[in-house]
Amino acid sequence: MDIRCSAVADTSAKSFIEKKKQNILIDTFILILKSKALVIGLIIIGIMLVLALFPSVFTKFDPNYIDGNAIMLSPCTTHWFGTDMYGRDLFSRVIYATRLDLFIGVSAMFVPFAIGTSLGLISGYYGGKVDALIMRIVDILMSFPYMVLCIMIVAIIGAGIKSLLIAMWLVDWKNYARLIRSEVMIVKNSDFIQAAKVMGFSDKRILLRHILPNVLSSALVYAASDIVVCMMASAGLSFLGIGVQPPTPEWGALIALGKTSLSKSWWQSFFPGIFLILSGFGFSLIGDGMSDLLRTRGR
Amino acid sequence: MNRLSYIIRRLIQMIPVFFIVTVLVFVLIRCIPGDPALTMLGDRATHEMIEAYRQKIGYYDPLWLQYFIFLKDLLHFDLGSSLRYSEPVINLILERLPVTIGLTVSVVFFTVVIGFPLGFMAGKKRNKLPDYIIRIYSLFGLSAPQFWVGLMLLLMFGVKIKLFPVSNWGDTLPEHIMALILPGITQALGIMAVIIRNLRNNVVDISGTSYVTFARSKGLSEGRIDLRYIFRNALLPTTTILSLWIASLLGGCIIIETVFNLPGLGALMINSVLSRDYSVIQGGVLIFVITVLIINLITDIIYSMLDPRVTLN
Repeated sequence: MDIRCSAVADTSAKSFIEKKKQNILIDTFILILKSKALVIGLIIIGIMLVLALFPSVFTKFDPNYIDGNAIMLSPCTTHWFGTDMYGRDLFSRVIYATRLDLFIGVSAMFVPFAIGTSLGLISGYYGGKVDALIMRIVDILMSFPYMVLCIMIVAIIGAGIKSLLIAMWLVDWKNYARLIRSEVMIVKNSDFIQAAKVMGFSDKRILLRHILPNVLSSALVYAASDIVVCMMASAGLSFLGIGVQPPTPEWGALIALGKTSLSKSWWQSFFPGIFLILSGFGFSLIGDGMSDLLRTRGR
Repeated sequence: MNRLSYIIRRLIQMIPVFFIVTVLVFVLIRCIPGDPALTMLGDRATHEMIEAYRQKIGYYDPLWLQYFIFLKDLLHFDLGSSLRYSEPVINLILERLPVTIGLTVSVVFFTVVIGFPLGFMAGKKRNKLPDYIIRIYSLFGLSAPQFWVGLMLLLMFGVKIKLFPVSNWGDTLPEHIMALILPGITQALGIMAVIIRNLRNNVVDISGTSYVTFARSKGLSEGRIDLRYIFRNALLPTTTILSLWIASLLGGCIIIETVFNLPGLGALMINSVLSRDYSVIQGGVLIFVITVLIINLITDIIYSMLDPRVTLN
């Protein structure tokens, strides 16, 4: 009898939790729809993702096909964005570049996010020598301007997508580590963490199940604005000629190519820039919307 | 603690950071694949020539001794000589430093002249049309790549309207100033986005404080309240942010100098990376780091001067 009772109580508790979870999901969805910034941002990035995944649907031209009869044509009905000095169709080059640019932007943000969050958790939770070591490395990285450090690393490994990504991973994690560390230092002294310690939970469990969910939101908000910085920086490095190498289409590299004949063919630099701005704008809106959302949820 | 002893203490604290940075730069530059003697002398060099050069630069010395010599030279402001220009690196850097400093001054000037009034206006006209327009701009400013904005400004005001010189640094001071206007505005447009947002929020917060209400109830004119009570206090955190941004400005100048073909430190760095001129990269990185360390120190001191609540302890 007792066992049956507890089984009934267990199922009802489970269904209650399920319902609560559903409610939270629906509430979150409604909140997302209410935030105009978030919706517009998601639509822009959604369109970019579709372009990145199925570029061949939107253009019939091969991005690397050199057409000697169509050199530096201005935008027209056949070539919507015009052509470059090798007669390649610019619209298809810009569309095909979307995949690479989004990939570089997201991975240049995500890897440092993961590394920085882990190191910040360890540093803030354990303190002592580990903390001192990690924070001194952060201090030293802080004294280098972002671009200078990236350029130095690329100078050592050599230009290309791989070294561009490695440089950005090595440089960018410090901000996440600092942010998470300071949050952990506040949370770790709260009563529920003390309680978890008294109950004999392992450090791993306390860190991952009790502290991480409470400190992650600020890093997530930062990540949404950081992705814009990463996209601009990686496009900037490619613009300087030390990132993505030609003939691979990439927005920054396309703008750089257009710079050489700016007065004769403005469209070569103009259109890749518009796409770069649009995706940056989309991610900025998502970041703004997310921080509003988390603020409302927090309240 | 008085200001002088604070500055001295901060300078002493900078020494270990500086040493670690020199170790890092020294090690990283030596990680670069390739033989420095071969790079310097070219493919036609005979075996004897290469050996002689290696002896001269201390190629066979232990690494700690090489570092020690590097440090000794550094303290004598000897950063080695450039492979590409065959000139001492320190001369190359000193030649180009004024351009980069000029660019930074130009950026700060335009940020203050355009950004401060706009941020103040957005805060005063909160949730009205000017506020919305200024806020949308600040979102756009953050997501627009500066090298693209620079090129478009160059196309409009340099190529089409011919108001400013295109890729021409000039020889006289007025020519230099003309050449620095567009690059300055370009970089300022990006930083302004941050400044405007920050200043707007400060103005909104301060307008709601009780001392502003009190000033109004005393019958002070709106102009006086705006200037002496709101603007002055709102400016404080914004100034700190502006000075923090100057450090990243120095990194950003690499791109801007390339866009506008300015003969500055950033352009020198990027050309050295492309032509594998390692001693220049090494010297350039060190100069950048030292400048950032000094700017951070100055920021702390200025902040303590602006806000009497900040103590130097």
